[in-house]
Amino acid sequence: MNKAPTKERQTTVLEALNQALHDAFADDPKVVALGEDIADPEEGGVVGVTKGLSTKFGEARVRTTPISEQAIIGAAIGVSLAGYKPVAEIMLMNFTTVAMDMIINHAAKLRYMSGGQTNVPIVIRTMTGAGFSTGGQHSDYLEAWFAHTAGMKVVAASTPADAYGLLRSAIDDPDPVLLIESMPSYWTSGAPAAPGYRVPIGKASIASPGSDLTIVSYSRMLNECTAALQPLEEAGVSAELIDLRTISPWDEETVANSVNKTGRCLIVHEAVIPFGVGAEIAAVLSARFHGKLKAPIARLGAPFTPVPFSKPLENAYLVNAQRIRDAAVALVKRH
Amino acid sequence: MRTSIKRESAGDLLVTEAVAVTDKQLDGATQVEIFRRMALLKANDERTRKEITAGRLAAPYYSYRGQEVIAAAMAVNLSDEDYLCTIYRGIHDMLAKGLPLKQLWAEMAGRVTGTCKGKGGPMHLTYPKKGVMVTTGIVGSSLPIANGLAWASQLSKDGRVTVACFGDGASNIGAFHEALNLAAVWKLPVIFLCQNNQYGEHTRYAKTTAVQQIADRAAGYGMQGARVDGNDPVQMYHAARRAVERARAGEGPTLIEAVTFRFFGHVFGDADRYMDPAQKQAAIAADPYPAYRAKLISSAVATEVQLSQIEAEFQAEIDQAVAFALQSAYPGLEELTSDVYGASVA
Repeated sequence: MNKAPTKERQTTVLEALNQALHDAFADDPKVVALGEDIADPEEGGVVGVTKGLSTKFGEARVRTTPISEQAIIGAAIGVSLAGYKPVAEIMLMNFTTVAMDMIINHAAKLRYMSGGQTNVPIVIRTMTGAGFSTGGQHSDYLEAWFAHTAGMKVVAASTPADAYGLLRSAIDDPDPVLLIESMPSYWTSGAPAAPGYRVPIGKASIASPGSDLTIVSYSRMLNECTAALQPLEEAGVSAELIDLRTISPWDEETVANSVNKTGRCLIVHEAVIPFGVGAEIAAVLSARFHGKLKAPIARLGAPFTPVPFSKPLENAYLVNAQRIRDAAVALVKRH
Repeated sequence: MRTSIKRESAGDLLVTEAVAVTDKQLDGATQVEIFRRMALLKANDERTRKEITAGRLAAPYYSYRGQEVIAAAMAVNLSDEDYLCTIYRGIHDMLAKGLPLKQLWAEMAGRVTGTCKGKGGPMHLTYPKKGVMVTTGIVGSSLPIANGLAWASQLSKDGRVTVACFGDGASNIGAFHEALNLAAVWKLPVIFLCQNNQYGEHTRYAKTTAVQQIADRAAGYGMQGARVDGNDPVQMYHAARRAVERARAGEGPTLIEAVTFRFFGHVFGDADRYMDPAQKQAAIAADPYPAYRAKLISSAVATEVQLSQIEAEFQAEIDQAVAFALQSAYPGLEELTSDVYGASVA
């Protein structure tokens, strides 16, 4: 069902995620959901991603839980071991820390430790993102932790169609998939996906073709990169923008093909730079293209601090289109 | 051990059941079946310690010797289809549930013929064919996952029961609280079986837990709780049976606290210096295995010859399992990176 997005009308990431859940529930009675406030009596999730599900499919399948992240992921793991396909919502990515034992020691490892006798086909949806003055415990991007764990897959969409297709693929997937939803990007609009559309996990997309440098990004920062494309063009820089879509396992071939063509690479993520996803990508590309690169691989991300509250500090914490433009221009013009 | 259980706290809270039954309420065949499983467990533990001591087996081993009654009396109330989530000190739970000896021993020895192809080891034994779904090395983590299995049974109305085993130490970790609350709110068909062996790692119960009875905590979750002498097969059987019936009837979860003692410390080979020697001696003197064996004979439920025959059969089976394991191949190096992910559908 790899149909291209249809182009008649616009939708939002929020609507696309909601539609994906509705379609998955309708297609497979084994799909269930659980999380804090997710059923309609509790308003269908804090942002409304799960709105309508419990009314349509019942509260046996769509369960509001206590504020108990270990219990949420534990129940998701258990129900998946018995053949169900749970979509667990952890309201905010920082709250995954409360459930790390369940995610890292159990969800990610049961297939391996059981020698393949069991598997854990769960989806963990979680939202995050700085910019809403929510401070140090409500806005972190922690994807590197999960990407660093064998057995986990990590995906993040930047468009409505990809949000739909990635969520559908995550539900299909036989292993635990963490789906990161960007809080500021829920209302990003774009073409809706055709019903049943899937985005293969592990496959990046070329968001915009170019020839001078490759920019690799994902999630909300992809949209900042998109906003930088026009200023870059005006500065005489042709950037090829790659939307990773899957953070782990990342699409090395698509990225490498691009870097092979451009000879330059800038990696942009919202998370702090040290030990981040950018470090892994840069290391792999450096080994692969040693001596052939026109410039050192560059990374843009947050400084190595918690997310600050005060607006000027929070603004300075975040990468934006201007900084992306400047970094890309510097990479091309100086090298 | 029955006399050592103190009930000097608030006594029976509203939801804490008093388990008072007489031996007559358990038929002879079931009594012998409980003994049969206890004999298997005891012999297997003894052989495991022997093989480790002799250097033929290199694995961390958390002996369950002394706790056999709980696993045996629970398992005779379960079918192969019922689910079990247990812990690193849980081989008795699994064997009683039907985990095959050969695959157990091969897994203990890290061989490709083991339940998990040698990739899990004794702390992660898994065997879904007999309902052994998860074995965790993390204290308390069997409980939240058990809830999910029970949720599946509630959704599919398959009538299965899920048993989560854990120790007294696990009752102080956050996962216990989250899991018991959720199970009660959702009325899940799950049994939380706390095997209170009176030590968490090296620390005695009273030093870590102010409440006298873990079963009393059930009241705090609006759940049925029962405290039983985990060394008394009849008491344990009836507590387990009541909990299973409650779960199958859709009446929700039960917390069973089965009081017992572990004879060989936290991990086999530790020096036990943290244990009160008098307490340990008294517990070993009250070893439930020989006591139950003698009682079956004295009450004419079974003969000495019958019981000896059961024991001899298991010795032979264990001999075969050990030989099978030690003669089996190690996994090929291709197994290092297999089973991390399955094949993607999309």
